[in-house]
Amino acid sequence: MLHIDHTGVVAGIDIGSRSIELVVLSPTGEITRQARLPTTFAPLRQCREILMGVGARRITATGYGRKLFVENDILNPCDAITEIQAYALGAARLYPEARTILDIGGQDTKVVSLGPEGRVLKFEMNDRCAAGTGKFLEIMATSLQVPIEEFGDFALAADKQVQISSMCAVFAESEATSLMGRGEQPQNIALGLHLAIVERTMAMLNRVGLEHPLCFAGGVAHNRCVIRLLEERLKTRIIVPTEPDMVGALGAARYCLRKETGQ
Amino acid sequence: MTTPKPPCFPRFENWAEKSLLDLDTARRQGTKIAGVFCTYAPLELVRAAGAVPVSLCGKKQEPISAAEKHLPANLCPLIKSSYGYAVTDACPFFAASDFILGETTCDGKKKMFELLQEIKPLHLLHLPYLQDDATALAFWVDQIQRMQTFLEQTTGQRITRDRIQREIHDANRVRRLLKKIAYLASDHPVPLSGLDAMRVFESSSFVVNLPEFAGLLETLVQELTEMKARGVSVCTDDAPRILLTGCPVGKGSDKVLKLIEDSGAVVVCLENCTGFKNFDLLVEETGDPFEALARRYLRTPCSCMTPNQGRFDLISRLTQDFKVQGIVDQTWQCCHTYNVEAHGIKKLAEQTLKVPFLHIETDYSESDTEQLRTRIEAFLEVVEMN
Ligand code: SF4
Ligand code: SF4
Repeated sequence: MLHIDHTGVVAGIDIGSRSIELVVLSPTGEITRQARLPTTFAPLRQCREILMGVGARRITATGYGRKLFVENDILNPCDAITEIQAYALGAARLYPEARTILDIGGQDTKVVSLGPEGRVLKFEMNDRCAAGTGKFLEIMATSLQVPIEEFGDFALAADKQVQISSMCAVFAESEATSLMGRGEQPQNIALGLHLAIVERTMAMLNRVGLEHPLCFAGGVAHNRCVIRLLEERLKTRIIVPTEPDMVGALGAARYCLRKETGQ
Repeated sequence: MTTPKPPCFPRFENWAEKSLLDLDTARRQGTKIAGVFCTYAPLELVRAAGAVPVSLCGKKQEPISAAEKHLPANLCPLIKSSYGYAVTDACPFFAASDFILGETTCDGKKKMFELLQEIKPLHLLHLPYLQDDATALAFWVDQIQRMQTFLEQTTGQRITRDRIQREIHDANRVRRLLKKIAYLASDHPVPLSGLDAMRVFESSSFVVNLPEFAGLLETLVQELTEMKARGVSVCTDDAPRILLTGCPVGKGSDKVLKLIEDSGAVVVCLENCTGFKNFDLLVEETGDPFEALARRYLRTPCSCMTPNQGRFDLISRLTQDFKVQGIVDQTWQCCHTYNVEAHGIKKLAEQTLKVPFLHIETDYSESDTEQLRTRIEAFLEVVEMN
């Protein structure tokens, strides 16, 4: 077990399918430290690594690995909350006015409608398949041989909209391949793939009963094309945090602080 | 922490094995075994012919790949699992069955029975899809009488009205006991988890000797009453109280139920065919037994009926009776009727009953467990704040 410090700082850790984020808060709720590591195939080792030298009195875990983290007693006292609650709390801390939060991560897409103080009123989450998630974009970027970080900008260079009708990563890939075979520009295909994700997201937003302002977080919020297309469809600006993938860890840390101070 | 169990609980856990032995003995004495797939089959009639009904409803993942050699992959896992058991001959209950009673509930099952009849003799009960209609009732009475003829021919036994009346009486007794257990098990304090209650309910579909089974249920009633008096509870006082509705679940296809209870909630009511739907309605014990059977079975609130107001009424009543704080509607992938009906149930829960609602569409595999865990835990967070 890691060493425990009594300064009263608390931490939140978000163990996602691709990366692990950490946020440390002071007793007054100021962010004193942030860090990020890839998850790899040894998530627990990565957790220990990211916590090295962090003297947190208490920690809250969220994300896919939350159970693993708690069960392995890496830091005590420790509790776990779902990403849905964590993103809600995190978004409410950054943007108290936000009424809906969209989180597109590596494996999941979630939409949460927010009440006061980051209360979760309702939520939607994709089922098992990768349609509409970061994974979908990743698979498509790989098949078009574009680095994932540049995939959004690549798609923004399109000169026309082509339709990709399949939401399934496997089918969409063969659809993209056959479009290439017909001589379609890869940029245009990339745009089509982004449009497919946005369509899927729109359906989810509508199911929850979208209210503005909408805060867009999670890894895919780095993608400028997804942001642009969403804004076009919604006909309004959306809020994108500067570090969209830190929101979950921040929310977890906030939860932890509440526990610590008994509020 | 291990959940407290009533002392007689192991007998329910071992019930399937015991009933296999009982079936074996019964067969050697010349008793015929009827394999049934659905809550619509009037079991009293089967017993009145001196036969024993057993459930063949597939609840495990293993036989599915074998089934997919003949059936499309995008069919509900229940049908694939049931069929898979039949073609691989891996289910001892299927093996023990002399004949099958099928029913035309959903399209997938209907067509699956066409394939199944190549393996075992099969009698198909045709269902009307209207419940409050005189012609539908007359049609269904006629179907039940055709089933009588079939049963008499296969078993060589005449079915008398008296015998049906007696079987109705015995079956009602078991239904009343199961219902009593459902209420006892989950009124505060909660002495039986939803998972364990499911085991108890499930054992009722493998009964050779009904009065013997009723005796065991009576023991359970006593033990639960004692546990309650001692304040024994399987969950914390503030554990969210969940109603589970949707497609049938059972041992092997209970991952959602398990996840709900693993996450600190308690399933106080199982509304589906393995639970309440199966024992809520009694059969009238006076009057024409065929009509009495027909009326009762036709009222089964399954989504293959249209309209299916009965399910909405049942869920509303159970939500009140069991002080339910959240409703989970669990449907199998590709079960069109239940999946479409989920939309109406959601409206009922959120708008009329004002209870948080979660719809889960899944199959028998474990591939979505972690995602389901997140959705269920988040749902329970919402329930707790509600
Ligand atoms: S859900 Fe409908 S079709 Fe399935 S067992 Fe129940 S009554 Fe039969
Ligand atoms: S779960 Fe649905 S699709 Fe499957 S057998 Fe039952 S009613 Fe038919």
